[in-house]
Amino acid sequence: MKYQVVIGLEVHTQLTTNTKIFCGCSTRFGAEPNSQTCPVCLGFPGALPVLNKQVVENAIRAGLATNCSITQRNVFARKNYFYPDLPKGYQISQFDLPICQHGHLDIEVDGETKRIGITRIHMEEDAGKLVHADIPGVDDSCVDLNRACTPLLEIVSEPDMRSPDEAIAYLKKLHQIVMYLGICDGNLEEGSFRCDANVSLMPVGSTVFGTRAELKNINSFKFIKQAIEYEIERQAEILDDGGKVIQETRLFDPNTGTTRSMRGKEEAHDYRYFPDPDLVPVLIPDQWIEDVRATLPELPEAKRARYVAELGLPEYDAEVLVSSRELAQYYEETVARFPQAKTVSNWVMGEVSRALNEDNNRSITDCPVTPALLADMLKLMEKGTISGKIAKTVFDEMYKTGKAPEKIVEEKGLVQVSDTGAIEAMVDEVLNNNPAQVEQYRGGKETVFGFFVGQVMRASKGKANPAVVNELLLKKLKG
Amino acid sequence: MEIFDLTIHELHEKLKAKEVSSVEATRAMLDRIEAVDGQVNAYITVTPEQALVEAEAADKRIAAGDIAPLTGIPVGLKDIFITKGIRTTCGSRILENFVPPYDGTAVAKLKEQGAVIVGKLNQDEFAMGSSNESSYFGPVKNPWNLECTPGGSSGGSAAAIAARTATATLGTDTGGSIRQPASHCSCVGLKPTYGRVSRYGVIAYASSLDQVGPLTRDVTDAALLLGAVAGHDPKDSTSVNTPVPDYVAGLATGVKGLKIGLPKQYFIEGLDPDVKRAMDEAIALYKSLGAEMREVSLPHTEYAVATYYLIATAEASSNLARYDGVRFGHRAEDARGLKEMFAKTRAEGFGSEVKRRIMLGTYALSSGYYDAYYVKAQKVRTLIMQDFLNAFNEVDVLLTPIAPTPPFKIGEKLADPLQMYLSDIFTIPVNLAGTCGISIPAGFSAAGLPIGLQLIGKPFGEATILSTAYAFEKETQWHLKKAPL
Repeated sequence: MKYQVVIGLEVHTQLTTNTKIFCGCSTRFGAEPNSQTCPVCLGFPGALPVLNKQVVENAIRAGLATNCSITQRNVFARKNYFYPDLPKGYQISQFDLPICQHGHLDIEVDGETKRIGITRIHMEEDAGKLVHADIPGVDDSCVDLNRACTPLLEIVSEPDMRSPDEAIAYLKKLHQIVMYLGICDGNLEEGSFRCDANVSLMPVGSTVFGTRAELKNINSFKFIKQAIEYEIERQAEILDDGGKVIQETRLFDPNTGTTRSMRGKEEAHDYRYFPDPDLVPVLIPDQWIEDVRATLPELPEAKRARYVAELGLPEYDAEVLVSSRELAQYYEETVARFPQAKTVSNWVMGEVSRALNEDNNRSITDCPVTPALLADMLKLMEKGTISGKIAKTVFDEMYKTGKAPEKIVEEKGLVQVSDTGAIEAMVDEVLNNNPAQVEQYRGGKETVFGFFVGQVMRASKGKANPAVVNELLLKKLKG
Repeated sequence: MEIFDLTIHELHEKLKAKEVSSVEATRAMLDRIEAVDGQVNAYITVTPEQALVEAEAADKRIAAGDIAPLTGIPVGLKDIFITKGIRTTCGSRILENFVPPYDGTAVAKLKEQGAVIVGKLNQDEFAMGSSNESSYFGPVKNPWNLECTPGGSSGGSAAAIAARTATATLGTDTGGSIRQPASHCSCVGLKPTYGRVSRYGVIAYASSLDQVGPLTRDVTDAALLLGAVAGHDPKDSTSVNTPVPDYVAGLATGVKGLKIGLPKQYFIEGLDPDVKRAMDEAIALYKSLGAEMREVSLPHTEYAVATYYLIATAEASSNLARYDGVRFGHRAEDARGLKEMFAKTRAEGFGSEVKRRIMLGTYALSSGYYDAYYVKAQKVRTLIMQDFLNAFNEVDVLLTPIAPTPPFKIGEKLADPLQMYLSDIFTIPVNLAGTCGISIPAGFSAAGLPIGLQLIGKPFGEATILSTAYAFEKETQWHLKKAPL
């Protein structure tokens, strides 16, 4: 039988606040275990949480960027369960009144646009982590609570996705947005952006969803795709054999590309949610929402449209340039100094990206050729001081040394020769030294022309202005 | 009169006049503890070395002319207050050896003033109880009759005042835990408005009900001590940012023209005749002082105890989840695996009253029952709050008994938890409403056991109930009577 897959995603994004959601401890990743803790995040008796305002602000940003409505009276709830890395025996989260609701994102798959609903976005604290340490003489597991109480946004989609590609497109889009908003560092490996996927199958044409499995905590786009693909196969086999998919939580094993059962529904928790009496409701007045809205950056979709409409860039270029906020910013800063949009785009997508890739995938923000340097070089090219070919040499030199293009041109004597007299002498010399080729050309073999151009350029060490060379050669050969 | 008999304000005058030093006062108190606490069991931990160091520091401060109302005063703290470097048990085995790494806000404020902490006081385990019989460290005896309970859960704090083993103490009140033992031990106990005093560093029983307050020998001391610990705290989101009035300065306002409400649901059949008589006398006295009495109605009173036991236990079941043996406190030995470690640790660490309430609360919050119990209780709580606000549209203060009976015998109600729960029937509604109430000595039963009187004020009306209480105290001698120890 043919099946239709139904996918809903829950994404946990760790917010890039300096301090934790309910205390003043640092959120820096990778510190000595338990060095970033205090009585509050350790859940010590008597300690009380106090909400970090920045978290609320970031949540509002995320909500506005995903077309959600913002809940103006927010309540934090306790989610009660026992786990050794959960210091208080409950996680402070939001339950029936999440800060953002009823949003959506538009994704594009195979040239078609599709709208994916966002059910809710809520604020919560993270738990710590267990370290099953390989320490000689230590049999016990260790608990590191540095991560406990760091702020998370959980972004829950509607079960609107119908293929692994749609799921990945949605995730990438969401990833791009939180990065643009500057609220999450987007680091999948460090768990700053992690995803749970709910996957079920139903017969094609049906509208009744099948029983779903929840795939937990997958930390790369590739693995998410693999996990969903595996689930589709697994569930289809069960259904084909007349079996029933059981509702359960499954873990993805990247080594085998398969999923395995973690816990079944019979072990499902009763979290006993109730409003946290230690935290007063957070009221968000209209003005706060508007203030946040005013600080929202231009998001990739809008940026792309503007590049096409205002700068006249092809769709493809616009798409590539907005893929990250930093790349788009680099592009815009260059265009601001050298307003030939397509030329800049060619260079950013071409030489700049190539150089960064070859340099260990260096980030655009660390690019030694700053937008100012690149623009200066493009200006030299425009003035005819250097040719396009020389420009590439100049660019490489700038990348290596960070020197100004004028300086490189001067030091290396790369100024283009446009002086007709000097070029004419070289042209004459080349024609005199190659009488046979001159004969051929005059006999009708016009392809030899390129040979002459090459010879002149070589004689000028690449510095002759190709336009002048062309013009003089034509004149001499025809005349 | 011995140093340990003095009130805060009396000892303050002597310290200021250099008639006595804080070291002398502290020594006298430590000696007194040594002499009588064996009979009372009010202290879980006495801290003589540390107290004397603090007393010396206070004396230096006083010598330099820097004296605050609490500088050099020996105080005791209910063992629910987190104290840096001093064992803090909350009356439980699970925290038997827990030494906290920080001070809570109320304690820090006392230390700033230079108060001397002489020790940590016995209490019902995790503040759950009305008789102080649920402490892992044994029951506290009522100094007025050692066979009786001092009330709970701040029984140690009240008994220490009555036994004169602390000049003043701090307790906490979740359903009457300051006022009821104050009544049973003939001292002054004040539960401030929820949010008036920071709860940071106070081990939580039921977060939406718990409030810190003073237990003292007289009303002036209560005003002093409340003033010292009240105020907004950025570490406690539920603490309220309204100015703290000078409670002492407002004490002598008098009650002429004051409208005192008598809630009819609190003067019911079955009220102990001695308690009834004390109330009648108090009402007559207030009338003679020019106050106007009015009957008022708090129609949802009968639901208060049930509502309280749903909300308090629900919150407690969650608040007590952190005692799991992972990071601090007791951990069961020889447990195999994680779940067994959690279960054994909690089975061994908690006493039966705590377990009873955790189970009640877990049930009330569990899916399928949440709406029927927890949500319904919250709705009733709102109605009870509204009752009080309506009453305060008509009157300034409410006057009620504190407990239906004088102190009962140790063990008398242990077999019947429901009967025990009813002993807080007159105090619980105040916590549910979040407003303030004070218990003051108002007489003695035929058997010579203390009887307290409750004055309930509007939210943040502490100054009014204090001045109302002060007017009564000035005309009576009850607060001057000493327990026979």
